[in-house]
Amino acid sequence: MLVQGILLGGLYSLFALGLSLMFGVMRLTNTAQGDFIVLGGFAAIAGVATFGLQPALSALLLLPIAFGAGYAMQRFVLNGTLGKDPLPSLVVTFGLSIVIQNGLLETFSADPRSLDTGGLNIQSVSIGGLSLGVLPLLIFAIAVLCTAGLQALFARTALGRAFRAVSDDREIAELMGLKAGHIYALATAIAFVLIAIAGVLQAMRTTVSPSDGPLLLLFAFEAVIIGGMGSFWGTFVGAMVLGLTQQIGFRVDPGWGLWAGHLMFLALLVVRPQGLFPKTRG
Amino acid sequence: MSALVVAKGLQAFYGDAQALFGIDFHLAEAEVVAVIGANGAGKSTFLKALTGLVKVPGDSVHFDGLPIGGLPPGDIVRRGLAMVPEGRRLFPSLTVEENLLMGAFAGRRGPWNLARLYKMFPILEHKRRHPATALSGGQQQMVSIGRALMSNPRLLLCDELSLGLAPIVIKEIYDALPAITDEGMALVIVEQDVSVAQRVSSRVVCFQEGRVSLEGPSDRLTREQISAAYFGT
Amino acid sequence: MSIHSPPIDVQRGTRASRVALWISLAVLLGAASLPWWAPEESAPAWMREFVEIACYFIFAMMWNLLAGYGGMVSIGQQAYFGLGGYAMLMLGNLAGVNPFVAIPIAAIAAAAVAVPVSWVAFRLQGGYFAIGTWVIAEVFRLSFANMPIVGGGSGTSLTALRGIERSTRENLTYGLAVACTVAAIGLVYLFLRSKRGLALLAIRDNEMAAESQGVAVLRMKLAVYVVAAFGAGLAGALYFVGNLRISPNAAFNVNWTAFAIFMVVIGGIGRIEGPIVGALIFWALNKFFSDYGTWYLLGLGLLAIVVTINFKQGLWGWVQERWGLSLFPTRRHLHIKE
Repeated sequence: MLVQGILLGGLYSLFALGLSLMFGVMRLTNTAQGDFIVLGGFAAIAGVATFGLQPALSALLLLPIAFGAGYAMQRFVLNGTLGKDPLPSLVVTFGLSIVIQNGLLETFSADPRSLDTGGLNIQSVSIGGLSLGVLPLLIFAIAVLCTAGLQALFARTALGRAFRAVSDDREIAELMGLKAGHIYALATAIAFVLIAIAGVLQAMRTTVSPSDGPLLLLFAFEAVIIGGMGSFWGTFVGAMVLGLTQQIGFRVDPGWGLWAGHLMFLALLVVRPQGLFPKTRG
Repeated sequence: MSALVVAKGLQAFYGDAQALFGIDFHLAEAEVVAVIGANGAGKSTFLKALTGLVKVPGDSVHFDGLPIGGLPPGDIVRRGLAMVPEGRRLFPSLTVEENLLMGAFAGRRGPWNLARLYKMFPILEHKRRHPATALSGGQQQMVSIGRALMSNPRLLLCDELSLGLAPIVIKEIYDALPAITDEGMALVIVEQDVSVAQRVSSRVVCFQEGRVSLEGPSDRLTREQISAAYFGT
Repeated sequence: MSIHSPPIDVQRGTRASRVALWISLAVLLGAASLPWWAPEESAPAWMREFVEIACYFIFAMMWNLLAGYGGMVSIGQQAYFGLGGYAMLMLGNLAGVNPFVAIPIAAIAAAAVAVPVSWVAFRLQGGYFAIGTWVIAEVFRLSFANMPIVGGGSGTSLTALRGIERSTRENLTYGLAVACTVAAIGLVYLFLRSKRGLALLAIRDNEMAAESQGVAVLRMKLAVYVVAAFGAGLAGALYFVGNLRISPNAAFNVNWTAFAIFMVVIGGIGRIEGPIVGALIFWALNKFFSDYGTWYLLGLGLLAIVVTINFKQGLWGWVQERWGLSLFPTRRHLHIKE
C-alpha cells in the first residue's frame, strides 16, 4: 500500500510540475491546469478515435502540438494578464477552465473515456515480493525523468538561467536583451508538454471525463504547496506525500481518501506554511 | 569625432509626472562624461530613457546615428548600449558566474569575456559559484559592472557606482575604469560624489530638477559654479 | 508672503449619483411592493426569480468586497454560502427554529467559522490563496457529504416550512430577499464610506505604506473576510429557504463563485455599482440563453476572458471613464469654489 501511494504520487507530480513551473517563472497561477490535463487526455483519445492513430503515436504527436499551443496561449492571451494584480490571470484561467469543460462536454459528452493501452494497464511485475503494476511503475519513472529534466534545465542551461533571471527581475533581464514575453511563452510551452504527458497517462491509468479538471488542479496545487515553492524535487516529494496520505485514507474508508489528503494539506499549511523543502526566493 | 549619443529636447514622464523637461545632451566616441545632481534631479531617469526602461518619443534620442527612443531595452543593448543599474540589481537566484553570463545574452562580439573579467576582478573568479547576492557590496558592484561589460557595449552607463560603499571600495572600483576606457569605450557616470565625478571624467553635466543646469570640462569648473548649478540658486 | 487658500470643500456625491440614488429608491420601492401591483399569475414567478437573482447578487457583492476592496481573490467563498444554507437547515429541521429567523443566525454562524478558517487561509497569498480557499470549500463539501444527519451526499429537504401556506411562504421569502439585498448594499456602502473603508482602500493600493501609517492590515483583512463570509452565508441561507432542498454539490458548488466573478468582472471590480450592473447583465443573459446549457456557459467564460483582457476596469468601469459617471461614489472629491 505504501508503494501504491508513492506510485500515485508519481502521477500527481506530473500534474503539479507544470503548475510549479508557470508560477515559478512568471507568478501565474493556472487555475485551468487540471482542465488542460483533461483536455490533453481527450486530445490523445480523439487522435485514436477520429484519426485512427495508434495510441502511442497519438500521445507522441500531442507533445509538439501542446508545445505550440502553450506558447501561443501565453504569448497572445496570458501575457496580457501578468502584473502586480493576481486577479486578471485568475479570471482568465478560470474562464478558460469553464470554456474547456463545456467545450469537452459538447464534443465528447459526459461519459468517462480512456486511452487504450493495449493491455499495459493490467500487466504487473514482481519486485521484491510485491506485485506492482507495470503502468504505475512506468508513470513513476516518467515522473522522475521529467522532474530531473526540469531541474537540469533550470540549473544548467542558458534557458534555465533566463527563466530564473526573468522571474527575479524582469526589468533588468530585459536590459540584458531578454524578451520577457517570449521567455514566458517558452515556459508555458514546456508546462503544456508536461500537462499533455500527464493527461495521456491519466487517460491510460483510469478514465477522463470533462468535469475532472478541478479535482486534478487541487491535487497539483496541494503537491506544490506541501513540497515547498521554488523547488521541483520539492513538488515531486510533495506529490508523494499527498499520494501516500490519500492511499491511507482510502484504506480506512473509501469515502475518506480525498478528504484525508485535503486535511493533511491544510494541517501542513498551518504548521509549516513554507512547505517541506522551500527554496528561498528573492 | 562623430557623436555617439545625441539627445535633443528629451522629455520623460512617469505616468502624469514629468521628470525630464527637455534635455540636450551629446556624447562622442570614447568620451567619459559625468552626470551630477541632487536626488530627484532626473539623472537616473535620463539613463533609463537612454536604455529604454522609460519610454520616450522616437527621435528624441539617437545612438550612433539611429533613433532609439521607444525601442525595447533588448534592442538597445544589442546596438551596444549597456547599463550598470542603480543598486546593482543582481539576480538573486543566479550565481556570480551565471549573472555574468546573463550579461552576454544579447550576443554581441567583442573583447570582453569571462576570462578577461576574472583577470580584472580576481575575487569574482574565486567566488564564481556563490549566489551573487551573498557577496559584499563592493564585490556585487564588480559583478554588476562585469555583467554589463559582457554585452561588449560601445557605451557603458554607470548609475551611482559608489552607492552604499566604503571609500576604499569606491576607490578600488574606480581604479578599474581605465582598463575599460583604454580600449575606446565611452562612459556616462552618474555620481553623487562631485569630486570623484570631476576626477574620472573629461566633462561634467549637472542636472537640476529635470533640466541641464551646467555643463563644462571637468578640470575647469569651479566649486561655486557647481554648487550653484547643483542646488539651483 | 501671505498664503491665500481658496475655500475648498470635500464632497462625496456627484450629480449622477444623486440621480442614481433616486432611481434606485424607485426601483427598490417598486420591487418591494411587487406582490401588490403585479398580475396574479406572473407575480410568484417574478418573485422567485428575484429571490434567486438576489442571492446571486448578494454573493457577488461580497465577493467584490473581498477581492476588489480587500485585495483577496477567493475561489472558495461558496464554503460560506453552503455553510449558511446548511446552518439554516439544521436550525430549522433539527432545532425547531423558524427558518426565516434562522437566516441571519446562519449568516452569523458562517461569519464565526470564517475566523478559524482565516488562520489557515491567510498563510497563502495571491493566486495560491485563491486555490487554497477552494480546497477549504471542498473540505466543507466532503464533510457535509459524509454527514448522514443532513442527508449525506444526496442532501435533504427543508421540512420546517411544510406547515406554512405556499403563497405566504413565497411572499415572506420575497420580502426577506428584498430586505437582505438592501441591507447588503447598505452595509457595504456605509462600510466603504467610513474611515475603515478608506483604510481598506489604502491597503488595497499599497499594503506596506498603509501599514507604516498605522493601519492594522491583518485585522482589516480579517474584518473584510468575516464580513464577506457573513454576506455569503446570508445569501446561502436565503437561497435554500427559497429552494427548499439542499445538497452538498448544490451548496458548495464552485459555480457560485464563477458566477460572482463573472458578474463582478463584467460590471467592474472594486466599484460598488459594478456587481449591480453585472447582476443585471447576468440575469438578462440567463433569461435568454440558459437553455443552451453548455454553450451558454462556454459563452460566459469567453465573455469573461475577453472583458478581463480588453476592459480592465470592467464594462461599468469603462462607461465610468468614458462618461465620467459614478453612481455610488466612495471617493471624496476636492471641490474648489470659485
